[in-house]
Amino acid sequence: MIPELGHYALVLALALALIQSWSPAMGARKGDLALMKLADSTALAQFAFVAVAFAALTYCYVTSDFSVANVYENSHSQMPLIYKFTSVWGNHEGSMLLWVLILALFGALVAWFGVNLPATLKANVLAVQSWVASAFYLFILLTSNPFRRLAELPAEGRDLNPILQDFGLAVHPPMLYLGYVGFSMAFSFAVAALIEGHIDAAWARWVRPWTLLAWICLTLGIAMGSYWAYYELGWGGWWFWDPVENASLMPWLAGTALLHSAVVMEKRNSLKVWTILLAILTFSLSLIGTFLVRSGVLTSVHTFSNDPARGLFILVILMVFIGGSLALFAWRAPRLKQGGLFAPISRESALVFNNLFLATACATVFVGTLYPLLLEALTGDKISVGPPFFNLTFGPLFVPLLVAVPFGPLLAWKRGDLYGVAQRLLAACAVAMLGLATTFAFEGTKAVLAPFGIGLAFFVMAGAITDMVERIDLRSLSIETIGRRAAGLPRSAWGTTVAHFALGVTLLGIVCGTTWSSERIVALKPTQTVSLSGYDLSFDGMVTKEGSNYRETAAHFTVRTGGTVIGVMEPSKRVFPSRDGMSTTEAALLTRGVSQLYLSLGDSNADGSIALRLYYKPFVLLIWLGAVVMALGGALSLSDRRLRIGAPRPAARVLPQPAE
Amino acid sequence: MTRKQRRLILIGSSLGVLAIAVALVLGSLRESIVFFNSPTDIAENKTAPGKRVRLGGLVKTGSVERGDNLQIHFKVTDGNKDIPVNYRGIVPDLFREGQGVVAEGHIEPGGTFVADTVLAKHDENYMPREVVEALKKQGHWQETAAPNPARLRQSAK
Repeated sequence: MIPELGHYALVLALALALIQSWSPAMGARKGDLALMKLADSTALAQFAFVAVAFAALTYCYVTSDFSVANVYENSHSQMPLIYKFTSVWGNHEGSMLLWVLILALFGALVAWFGVNLPATLKANVLAVQSWVASAFYLFILLTSNPFRRLAELPAEGRDLNPILQDFGLAVHPPMLYLGYVGFSMAFSFAVAALIEGHIDAAWARWVRPWTLLAWICLTLGIAMGSYWAYYELGWGGWWFWDPVENASLMPWLAGTALLHSAVVMEKRNSLKVWTILLAILTFSLSLIGTFLVRSGVLTSVHTFSNDPARGLFILVILMVFIGGSLALFAWRAPRLKQGGLFAPISRESALVFNNLFLATACATVFVGTLYPLLLEALTGDKISVGPPFFNLTFGPLFVPLLVAVPFGPLLAWKRGDLYGVAQRLLAACAVAMLGLATTFAFEGTKAVLAPFGIGLAFFVMAGAITDMVERIDLRSLSIETIGRRAAGLPRSAWGTTVAHFALGVTLLGIVCGTTWSSERIVALKPTQTVSLSGYDLSFDGMVTKEGSNYRETAAHFTVRTGGTVIGVMEPSKRVFPSRDGMSTTEAALLTRGVSQLYLSLGDSNADGSIALRLYYKPFVLLIWLGAVVMALGGALSLSDRRLRIGAPRPAARVLPQPAE
Repeated sequence: MTRKQRRLILIGSSLGVLAIAVALVLGSLRESIVFFNSPTDIAENKTAPGKRVRLGGLVKTGSVERGDNLQIHFKVTDGNKDIPVNYRGIVPDLFREGQGVVAEGHIEPGGTFVADTVLAKHDENYMPREVVEALKKQGHWQETAAPNPARLRQSAK
């Protein structure tokens, strides 16, 4: 009964979406307020119905209703409760249901909070949002129905893929989808603006919070995915340049560019056409990401099961939306009026520089990810493009961008003074040189790039706080003054500082983690000891444990440094009988400050020894810590009063355009 | 400066960055592409020794030998030809005899494949698509044995 209810709710959501995809747009065209207002109710109702469908599927999982094919294939009655919840989206059908749930959520949020949006813009935005929603409801109902029943009731489920039985599944997909799908707002606003044929600074002010929210979620989602891969896959790497990772990185790069160009549009009413294009491209990349991951053209942890009809369906959705929106852009964009002028040295130009490099870096990732697919389609040759490609293209493109980061916020709008800014950054430069020299003194020429990487990271961090140090008058040494000034600054300024600082932190983590990571692969017998980077790990013996739906064999290690015990590590292997004895490796992590010891188990050998992979990863936690702080910076910016109270009504064309 | 000049500067610098990017892409693409080969491809000398390639197929049943110091030897087969593989290190959880595997490395002049990376599947039901195709080519693929990879292959079209 419950699954049928869920299915029915989803069909109703589709019906509402179909109504919402034309009525408000017609209303906006004819100036019919009643038709436009209809979208508010349908958007809210749509969300309610999708939520019912999602709740129904969750209910089936929690009660282990194996008569539902989806539950049978991905759940097990003995699985811990949290995984029964998370496995709702740990499969293709359920994850698509989560996708549309978030899409409907964003639609409902616009209907609910968009009170001060102009009626026609709101109507058009909701209509566009509904086009996307309709396509994906159809996709689910026609090709990936999560509520399909089995003819016979199986006694037990086939269990969730053991790799996914982890807390990471509770965070990574919802965050990532909030990011992916959140960019649909920017897309809908962009297409609505093109339909209306005009766009102003107020538009950017409405779009920014949504883009920022999506960006924050995507940042956290990617960071969580990276940390999850790091500790679960047992290879000690945190980024593999795997196509599915790239699929999430591309919208992030484009979204980051969009955030910055929207600032120019809001503050200076410039870069309109480019911002619109970027909004379309960002969501297009999200759709391409969905296609790559969901269609089965790539094989990875994210590929649950495949059906050719699905790939084709998503490909059609992709072509309709990307092709359609770009065609609309080509047709309508020339009508958008040009905005304010700026000199080649100005904050606007700095943000253009940022956009140029982010977009180009994104394009190289795009080429590296799709080239193998294209080549195989054209010639049948099967190739893979490995990490060296991305390191050699993405890296050099990111260096100038990072160098420029501290300059941007210090430059004045319209016409900046590069020399003056360089002078203000002297202190940051000195910090960078200090970092470079120290690293060089310790390492010599062993790692050539490391000192420069460290120097750059320090430059970004010190440069980020330069402006703040001056504005809060840190040198006055009066806590009262500092506090008063700090509180008086807009939160978005703090957001910029925090996010840019965090970028430096992540870079520091990447450079240190890559350069000074040490690794040992050994076979060890009980009572033997292995040493790495000043840590001695003695193997005490094996322990067996019974989990709820698995058997665990763990190796017990005592970790000492200089003779003092600092902790124990228990890397293990879990065997899942419900999955024909499939096993997973659970790495053990010992955190020392922001560095980590990483120990993962290999196979047991005939002589009683066990294979081990041991890493010492100095400063590795900074990579994810930086990402989290970056998202925090975004949240600070989002909490800015200016964005919360929404945009003021656009001024009724009083200012004449300044003469050139 | 006029609007036109400003736009020229903008377009000029964009093209400059784009040119650098294209140069970087073309330069590094040549070096970091790794071709996928089946055991038959390698046995027929389609690959030069020392060149970096991926080898995919099934781990031949009964061929896995573990030596000292984490050495492991096994044969990768597509039912037609077998290629001996040497690897030192830890193999993934799902590395098993009779199962699909992808090894990355190079061929020694003697015909042995020296792998520095061994990849297996992420799930017991699925097989790397390239492996399925390599097996299919040799006519050793049974649709009934594993229904999912068969569908996987079709979706590649």
